[in-house]
Amino acid sequence: MDAQAIIDSLSPLVPGASFEAAPSVDFATVYVPVEHVVSTCQALRDSLHFEVLAEITCADYLPRTPRYEVVYHLLSVSKRLRLRLKVRVTADGTVPTVQGVYPGAGWLEREVWDMFGIVFDGHPDLRRLLMPEDWEGHPQRKDYPVQIQKAAQTYAPLEVSQEQFQANLERDRVKRTH
Amino acid sequence: MSDIRTETMTVNMGPQHPSTHGVLRLVLELDGEIIQSVIPTIGYLHTGIEKTAEQKKWQQVIPLVERMDYLAAQSNSLAYALSVEKLLWLEMPQRVKDIRVLIAELQRIASHLIWIGTHGLEIGAVSMLFYAVRERELLLNINELIAGFRFFPSYIRIGGLREDLPRGFHAQVQEFLDRFPAKIDEFEGLLTKNDIYQRRTQNVGIITKEHAYAWGLVGPIARAGGSDYDVRKYFPYSGYEGYDFKVPTATEGDVYARYRVRVAEMRESLKIAKQALDRISPTGVFACDDTRVVPPPKDKVYSEMEALIQHFLIYSQGFTVPAGEAYVPVEGPRGEHGCYIVSDGTNRPWRVKMRAPSFMAIQALPTVVRGGLIADVVAVIGSTDVVMGDCDR
Repeated sequence: MDAQAIIDSLSPLVPGASFEAAPSVDFATVYVPVEHVVSTCQALRDSLHFEVLAEITCADYLPRTPRYEVVYHLLSVSKRLRLRLKVRVTADGTVPTVQGVYPGAGWLEREVWDMFGIVFDGHPDLRRLLMPEDWEGHPQRKDYPVQIQKAAQTYAPLEVSQEQFQANLERDRVKRTH
Repeated sequence: MSDIRTETMTVNMGPQHPSTHGVLRLVLELDGEIIQSVIPTIGYLHTGIEKTAEQKKWQQVIPLVERMDYLAAQSNSLAYALSVEKLLWLEMPQRVKDIRVLIAELQRIASHLIWIGTHGLEIGAVSMLFYAVRERELLLNINELIAGFRFFPSYIRIGGLREDLPRGFHAQVQEFLDRFPAKIDEFEGLLTKNDIYQRRTQNVGIITKEHAYAWGLVGPIARAGGSDYDVRKYFPYSGYEGYDFKVPTATEGDVYARYRVRVAEMRESLKIAKQALDRISPTGVFACDDTRVVPPPKDKVYSEMEALIQHFLIYSQGFTVPAGEAYVPVEGPRGEHGCYIVSDGTNRPWRVKMRAPSFMAIQALPTVVRGGLIADVVAVIGSTDVVMGDCDR
């Protein structure tokens, strides 16, 4: 089942949503408007047999806008299908929680908030999960510094100059064509 | 009696508790011996591997991902290698696929051995650990033989394997395969009909198929509750469609069912490993022929200019991966190990995310143990086979 077939069967179930097929090398990928995430997941679970939410993750595409993409990997055991839902999120945007549809989304969304700082509306327990409770910043954002020489101060806020930050961002990233 | 004032008691378990498989902390709210609520706290083993991976070259990420689930290192690296190979459109030669299958199955047995040992130890069958670790030692010896490293061999690489199989590999694996069936019988003799073990595990920590699916648990936990989902059968990778094996299932969904499923899985893994070993020739191709990814053979490096340049490029800059994203799941010992990678077309990954089965299992833990006895918590944690390195990454 390719992305277009899934969109065709989804569209009548989620009125008002405009889905968009995305190119992919492995399985169907569909862009979902952020306001329709919950109703889409509901329709996928109840009508199209996607029983399992395998994972939720996120990728930070700084400096592109919209900056983030939240990625949902769904699995249909009965139909032997996989599906990837992608949601574009702006730098200060929020995403509704899908915990009501898939209870297992709770920690996955918490981790995305912890690592990327994306707020999930309606999430009952949006606390730090992997990082310490008093941690500042969201480590997996692309503008969160890595490998900058600093004395270890676990609980002190990070201070990085604009030059350090820019150099870090472009560090060793080589683009070349074969 | 009814006017006696009672209150719940909060008990902290962990993070340094031997039966929490590493550093998992549980805050239990108890009414007598009955569990009212559980709050798991994780993150004590968080090492930022996913962030670190974004700074490394593609091939350098292999040792990193192996350190996530440290009991099933090569199932992590297999998932990662397969997903990068998907973006590069690489197809492995049959021999490479067979060696990968063999390694993955031996890894599954090694992981299940640690599980059966620690799980037995935690609920009183102390000698189980010694029996299991003795056999695992032989598997670690095989790792040492192929890669010189016992825990994290980094033998599976993008584009194939690091090098060809060493001399004596077949004999050593064959010796293990001949010896191990009797050892599984020995394990079963210690536990399966053991009255104490049965009483501790039957009707404890029930996870039905529906419950497992709702909480994203796929793997041995769901199969013990009636699911037959196994990535090797549903979405075959690395040539698993060419192997004859069954997917063990049970319907009860309790701790005992998970024990039986995993023991049966070890027997099936042996079957697959036997078939794989027969197909692997002692010497032959150990990587694909794509010169972008695989360095040229050493004799060519010394005699041809192009080969020397290619060798130099691969080891200095690394190779680039076409922009795009891929998610490839493999059936790890704990369930679906998936690797989601995003490439921006450069020589370093833009994003690497491992789907961690232990993460999902710990999340679901409160719903499983609520209403049960405190002594059962240890049995349930053990039966879900969580690895904190996998959970916290």
